[in-house]
Amino acid sequence: MNSSWGWLKSGTILGLSFLLAVALVKPIGVSTQYVIADCFIFCKLKPELAQEKVNDDGSKTYTSSNAYLNKSNGKYVKNTLNIASYGFVFVLAMFAGGFLSAKIGGPKVESDEKWIPQVWRDNMGSSWMKRMLGAFASGFFILFGARLAGGCTSGHMMSGMMQTSLSGYIFAAGVFAIAVPVAIIVFKK
Amino acid sequence: MKEIILAILVGGSFGFVLHKVGATNPNKIVGFLRLTDLHLAKAILFAIGFSSLLLFILMALGVISPTHISVKASYMGVILGGAIFGIGFGLGGYCPGTTLVALGAGRKDSIFMILGGLVGAWAYVLVFGWLETNMSWLFDKIAGGKVSLAVTGNEAFPALIDGMPGVVVAGIVAVMFMGGAYLLPNKLRN
Repeated sequence: MNSSWGWLKSGTILGLSFLLAVALVKPIGVSTQYVIADCFIFCKLKPELAQEKVNDDGSKTYTSSNAYLNKSNGKYVKNTLNIASYGFVFVLAMFAGGFLSAKIGGPKVESDEKWIPQVWRDNMGSSWMKRMLGAFASGFFILFGARLAGGCTSGHMMSGMMQTSLSGYIFAAGVFAIAVPVAIIVFKK
Repeated sequence: MKEIILAILVGGSFGFVLHKVGATNPNKIVGFLRLTDLHLAKAILFAIGFSSLLLFILMALGVISPTHISVKASYMGVILGGAIFGIGFGLGGYCPGTTLVALGAGRKDSIFMILGGLVGAWAYVLVFGWLETNMSWLFDKIAGGKVSLAVTGNEAFPALIDGMPGVVVAGIVAVMFMGGAYLLPNKLRN
């Protein structure tokens, strides 16, 4: 709550951080990694979800019994079986970046904020269970929607609109057309 | 090894900055969506415009290779998926990335958000085959699919406005975003 940067400085630094990603590697994307984490867990239980085959020429083919995971030449399978690669390490590093930011100079999360944000408490009360169910449902919608859309805030909105991708603008339109009325209805104060 | 170091560097700085600017704070996200506190909206609009302008200038100068460009496809599901995303975004105040950063910073309700996200993503993995067969209109391309407004120089992604240099088109759009950030008031509602 005590972020000291104004919008111009915040926007400049945030913009530089997306630019750094595309300059060095490729545009930022997060929501795919939820699929990778899921696949990593479920392919232990059901190995046919993630299969690697070494071809005669030494190249590898990745396949899955699931239609979604099998898409795009099995790229989800490939990234699951090679989980210590760019995309997944990237999201772990984001977590670490948040940890570090809260320790050095970034806004501190107050102890009464840690489980229930103030705006939720003001509108929904202090029930821990209610916030947990709300957060779980919210996470479900966000990732289901992001997978249907093929990306989320980072991939479609920030990186997408940075590159002037049509998909970024139409994703943003879909998000805000619903998120604004939902927030206004759910949070009265 | 090089890619791991880059992932730590770029992911770490992205997480650091997201927390620093307040994007991991659900109170601020809800304030933005309720239109009562647009500080974060102004920062994000500016960030998109500013990064876009620099990206296209650096590509025009040959500093950034157009092979780094990755334009996602446009199809009906992008809009509908965005709307479903919007339900969760309005309700919880986190997105898939900010909730991970928020957990790092100490917001523990993110644990349930992430669990919900893992279940939601897997639910999509399981229904995809059915959707593809029975609701194939969801995947109908819009305007050719993987298209951008401005010429990026990467031939895999055609531009909708190809009569002008990419830096000009992107520059006009970028100025609109940055100008929008400047003109947007701090709040539209009380």
